[in-house]
Amino acid sequence: MRDIALGQYFPGNSFLHRMDPRVKMVLTFLYIFAVFIPRNWVGLCGAVAFLAIAVLLSKLPVKLVLKSIKPVIPLVLITSALNIFYVSEGTAVFEWWVIHITTKGLITASFIAIRIICLIAGSSLLTYTTSPTTLTDALERLLSPLKIVRLDVHELAMMMTIALRFIPTLIEETDKIMSAQKARGADLESGGPMQRIRALVPIVVPLFVSSFRRASDLATAMECRCYRGGMGRTRMKQMKMRAADILSAAVVLAVIAALFALNFFIRPVL
Amino acid sequence: MNAFICAEKVRFHYDNRADMLSGPVLDDIDLNIERGEFVAILGHNGSGKSTLAKHFNAMLLPSGGRVLVSGRDTADQNELYEIRRMVGMVLQNPDNQIVSTIVEEDVAFGPENLGVEPSEIRRRVDEALKAVGMLEYREHAPHKLSGGQKQRVAIAGVLAMQPECIVLDEPTSMLDPQGRKEVLDTISRLNRERGITIVLITHFMEEAVLADRVVVLENGRILLQGHPREVFSDIERLRQVGLDVPQPAELCHQLRRAGVPLPEDVLTAEECVEALSLLLEESYAGN
Repeated sequence: MRDIALGQYFPGNSFLHRMDPRVKMVLTFLYIFAVFIPRNWVGLCGAVAFLAIAVLLSKLPVKLVLKSIKPVIPLVLITSALNIFYVSEGTAVFEWWVIHITTKGLITASFIAIRIICLIAGSSLLTYTTSPTTLTDALERLLSPLKIVRLDVHELAMMMTIALRFIPTLIEETDKIMSAQKARGADLESGGPMQRIRALVPIVVPLFVSSFRRASDLATAMECRCYRGGMGRTRMKQMKMRAADILSAAVVLAVIAALFALNFFIRPVL
Repeated sequence: MNAFICAEKVRFHYDNRADMLSGPVLDDIDLNIERGEFVAILGHNGSGKSTLAKHFNAMLLPSGGRVLVSGRDTADQNELYEIRRMVGMVLQNPDNQIVSTIVEEDVAFGPENLGVEPSEIRRRVDEALKAVGMLEYREHAPHKLSGGQKQRVAIAGVLAMQPECIVLDEPTSMLDPQGRKEVLDTISRLNRERGITIVLITHFMEEAVLADRVVVLENGRILLQGHPREVFSDIERLRQVGLDVPQPAELCHQLRRAGVPLPEDVLTAEECVEALSLLLEESYAGN
């Protein structure tokens, strides 16, 4: 339970680590979009190759990136299976009773599978190379134009920062409360689903009570340190766009253009 | 009139009926805290000591009387942030006052709120972390630090605002003995070396001994105040209000009552040992 959420960031000093987080974030979104452009094998291989280069640039162990894919394997399998069984166009390769497997179905299935894997690996590359606080900071700055529509972007980002800060604290607290209730004879592991849900009440209630106390303490601490919202606030860590960031943006845009172009020149298999 | 913090006839009560019936939390408090002084405020739970502390940085405003910080009235909204910058506050629970997921970013939180220049914030953060001996942990996640380290980070967060006074509200009550020592060493050093005024709210007598002056609160009133030696020699009076005296003082008090001629102002274990060995030497010499 301790490994969730915050264990994502792997500190380092690679090209990807040093990139401006705003640029990194936008480019990741662009890449997710780009993965869905190719309609031929060459383009798809290009998208995969681009990801592979990004992984190499991050200097992270490849195993780590593969691990990020693990949780989505069931999803990949289910969507592939659906495509294999439901696409009935194309030449049949296998027919039995109600099952028709066609070449078109197999191709669609593998395209979908590769796209999902690229999407997940690409976005985890973002969270692996950027600290959560930097991510929320970048988000705050990227969304700052929304101030015009009266959305308080600073407050949103502050809430995210505080949530991230308190996840480990609350997990620790949950462990403590669970041990305390077990020591008093609470049975958390046996019985049907309803009984188990009911058994959670003596854990959730104290957790809520203490969270409210924490929230009130934190508000006091923030006020003591002159917090008054986003107005007039400066930041210690400035974000600077360097030549390398502009270059990477150019490369990503070029890749997207190339993927579009390939769709015209190579006969689509999809 | 020139004291750094002046509390003049401060009364305080919460605005709900149950509290109105039980009387005010603070009742006619007159207290001056000088620049560079180390004051310990003692009292058991419900004596009003935390409430009083919150008046020093305008977290609470007096219901009657006034509090002046460096000549500024805490009730003046225009001075609010300047007062909170000058009088930093460290709270009891180390977990609940750290805002950020990285130590150095948390220390930067105060100066960022004050709108300080980024390069200046960087300088202040490094300097503050160095002052509390946490510089090497600057990129750590706060939840992986010990309680004492977290409290030192909280102190650094206050220091980065360049305060003149730090009010600590029971900063050690949730720490182990090691953490307690770290925090107390840090604040005594800041007081000694930088002349930062310290107001330490505590119910540990051993901590109050470090102060220049001890103020004992009882039911929202000042019961006793003075140098730790004077205050802790009044053992009977302290005991009446349910406070313990430091163990060495207690031991000497008991011995004195049993007829052993010991001085009245013994506070620390070292002083106690010294007084006893002196006594033993004298009795040997006498024989």
